Amino acid sequence: MLDTMNVNYDTSIPNNVGLSEDRRILKALERWHPGYLDWWQDMGPEGFQESLVYLRTAVAVDPKGWAKFDYVRMPEYRWGILLAPQEEGRVVPFGEHYGEPAWQEVPGEYRAMLRRLLVIQGDTEPASVEQQRHLGTTAPSLYDMRNLFQVNVEEGRHLWAMVYLLQKYFGSDGREEANGLLQRRSGDADKPRMLGAFNEATPDWLSFFMFTFFTDRDGKMQLEALAQSGFDPLSRTCRFMLTEEAHHMFVGETGVGRTIQRTCEAMNDADITDPTDVEKVRALGVIDMPTLQKKVNLHYTLSLDLFGSEVSTNAANAFNSGLKGRFHETRIDDDHRLLDATYPVLKLVDGKVETVDEPALSALNMRLRDDYANDAGKGVERWNKIIAKTGVDFRIELPHPAFHRHIGEFAGANATPDGEIISEAEWLERRDEWLPSDGDADFIDSLMKPVWEPGQFAGWIAPPKVGIDNHPGDFEYVKIEV
Amino acid sequence: MTAPIKQHLIDPEICIRCYTCEEMCPVDAITHDDMNVVVDVAKCEYCMACIAPCPTGSIDNWRMVATPYSLDEQFSWDELPAQEDLGEADSGDLMEAMEDEISTLLAEAHAGTGGKPVAPASAAKPSINLFSRAHPATATMQGNFRLTDAQAESDVRHIILNFGDTVFPVLEGQSIGIVPPGTGENGKPHAIRLYSVASPRGGEKPNANNIALTVKREPDGLCSNYLCDRQKGDTVDVTGPFGGTFLMPNDANANIVMICTGTGSAPFRAFTERRRRAMPGAPGELVLFFGARRPEELPYFGPLRKVPASLLTQQLVYSRLPDRRKEYVQDRMRNCAGDMARLLEDDNTHVFICGLKGMETGVDDAFADICEEAGLNWAELKPTMRSSGRYHVETY
Repeated sequence: MLDTMNVNYDTSIPNNVGLSEDRRILKALERWHPGYLDWWQDMGPEGFQESLVYLRTAVAVDPKGWAKFDYVRMPEYRWGILLAPQEEGRVVPFGEHYGEPAWQEVPGEYRAMLRRLLVIQGDTEPASVEQQRHLGTTAPSLYDMRNLFQVNVEEGRHLWAMVYLLQKYFGSDGREEANGLLQRRSGDADKPRMLGAFNEATPDWLSFFMFTFFTDRDGKMQLEALAQSGFDPLSRTCRFMLTEEAHHMFVGETGVGRTIQRTCEAMNDADITDPTDVEKVRALGVIDMPTLQKKVNLHYTLSLDLFGSEVSTNAANAFNSGLKGRFHETRIDDDHRLLDATYPVLKLVDGKVETVDEPALSALNMRLRDDYANDAGKGVERWNKIIAKTGVDFRIELPHPAFHRHIGEFAGANATPDGEIISEAEWLERRDEWLPSDGDADFIDSLMKPVWEPGQFAGWIAPPKVGIDNHPGDFEYVKIEV
Repeated sequence: MTAPIKQHLIDPEICIRCYTCEEMCPVDAITHDDMNVVVDVAKCEYCMACIAPCPTGSIDNWRMVATPYSLDEQFSWDELPAQEDLGEADSGDLMEAMEDEISTLLAEAHAGTGGKPVAPASAAKPSINLFSRAHPATATMQGNFRLTDAQAESDVRHIILNFGDTVFPVLEGQSIGIVPPGTGENGKPHAIRLYSVASPRGGEKPNANNIALTVKREPDGLCSNYLCDRQKGDTVDVTGPFGGTFLMPNDANANIVMICTGTGSAPFRAFTERRRRAMPGAPGELVLFFGARRPEELPYFGPLRKVPASLLTQQLVYSRLPDRRKEYVQDRMRNCAGDMARLLEDDNTHVFICGLKGMETGVDDAFADICEEAGLNWAELKPTMRSSGRYHVETY
């Protein structure tokens, strides 16, 4: 009886961590699994648990093995535990232990700090599934619906990845944390998720695309920093997660890009040359450029808050101890200890925005945020190329980091998107010029009508240039009724 | 002038600069600057490790080039340049395969097209060369059934290969390569043989990750005997998929005229099954001219009888029936001249010919006669159909 169970369970969890030989962790995961499935049923995509979705499942970590496409019912998705292959002779690439062999076990003195990092990362994964659970019913196409569900199941897999590390390396504390990850709920007054942006609603598809572009990109940067970790199992986990995270970036960038494309095409067809003529553009049933800019302002700034305080002792400690590095740490040409280095930090000094040199070690959050801003900026430029190609006279810009902030140096400051500090009265008066108003949200909401015919797309979004897995345009990515 | 080569390129309009491909490349052929991710033609070994992990599909682009695009050129692109016109000289060497060995085989097979083969406009984008001689996929023999009557002279087999967890996506009309083990007398490995896939995308059994082949045992055929002798459970090294032009139109309105003999029926079995599964009741017609010596030697004779006329119009033609005049596919085509002319006049009609080289002339003459009778000009129509991806020949 027990043997059968093990075989079944093992085949339901693709893994390359020798799960069937590790009875302790296997048992722990077996106990956690039903709770996870309950959570998925309760908080996963609502109304589509029985639909057949054309999903990519990771079945192995080699390049050809982890993109296997097939129709799957989401609750039967094979959530696996997959680590990138171990690198022979890997060393701790930064901090006090720079150059020492990477750890295969958690160093005793860093247990608490590492556990905290895993829990914070792990908490964001189920949170975004919860935030997005109602979106299926208003999907602008089966193609987009599939992409949403792919993001959802992979966020689920990322939760498994963090839970595996907690269960494997942190004993009963880890088990407790793993259970806690299933108990908190996005936006819940009593048991909220740990980070602010993950308690905000994702009410419509434009918000979803903005979220995957801006907020999942924070996730990507955090994973990049953790992929450098001296704790080798964490590094290997994050490296594999990053390959999946790329799909989420893709959904966000192309989702917003296709929205922009459609708006510009509709404007051209109707001979509208003034992109700020909001009423005329909206009458075409597409999302006007000023509203898109406001959504960018909102989601970008919420995501900047996720990087925490610009100057942070926690970040310095995580770096010193070799747990969390910098973006592309091994490609940076310096001492990787940051003993004497400084880093320019944007600060509010006497009511003015100024650049102040801080010890680089304390300014790691600022540095990662800069890397993030740079990465996001490149995507925004590609949106601008789409606009330019259609001949519409508009540019999307990222707002100044002082604008609309709730965490760090500029929390509580009132700043324009250009970074000019203004009075609270002016802020209140002009807020709706810069951030989506209730009216804007209502308009976007009015466009969110489902389109479920294969090959058809809602009028506010352009079809993609190529299908998923090379499929033609009319491929039935989701079989809703089976 | 040096021969054109296939260059691997990334579409900058679709790429999202996640650099996953760069991480995957085992030879560091992929790099990026502030705007574009690019492939160094001097380093790329066509191992395809970057293809599956790409979240966008931007990675899967290829151009035949006389002079490869430099890294600086690629960095400067806002969009991918169109395929440059290299003339007819390279007709067989298009996007069919990466390996010269296979390109040459396909070029010969498609020579009868009479010019540069062009994929049907509505065809899905094929995956090409995911597995090569240096990195083959391992498939397991799942079934090996004789299709021709036990008494019949010819031994044609329906072979089912299962790919297990290996991703091996094929489209109807594509071929795979079989690598027979061992070396020849000259010490070189045996040549790869190509076989058309007889099952539709999605598998011989839907979602089973298997494919079917139609293989005729040739008296001295090294590869065909190797395959026909494999038992259930044996493994086989497979390369491919290959072929980027002889592809099924993915359009419910497409009429598809399929003309074949013997194992040339393999792709048409795939076409028919695809239509049945994906678009039953499609307005486009499927018409099959299938020649064999006698019914006992016609592969899939039994199963074909169960295919309804609403899905497929069947013209089964026999050349060795007792007490009957020899009849060949071209004879039957002439008998159906009225229907054929009607179809040829329709821009939705695609013609596919597959079988032995020997059938080409007879079929071509029949088309010419049918056209003449209907006041059409085959000499003009054929190149028009070819260049719009509606005329295809694959013969051996």
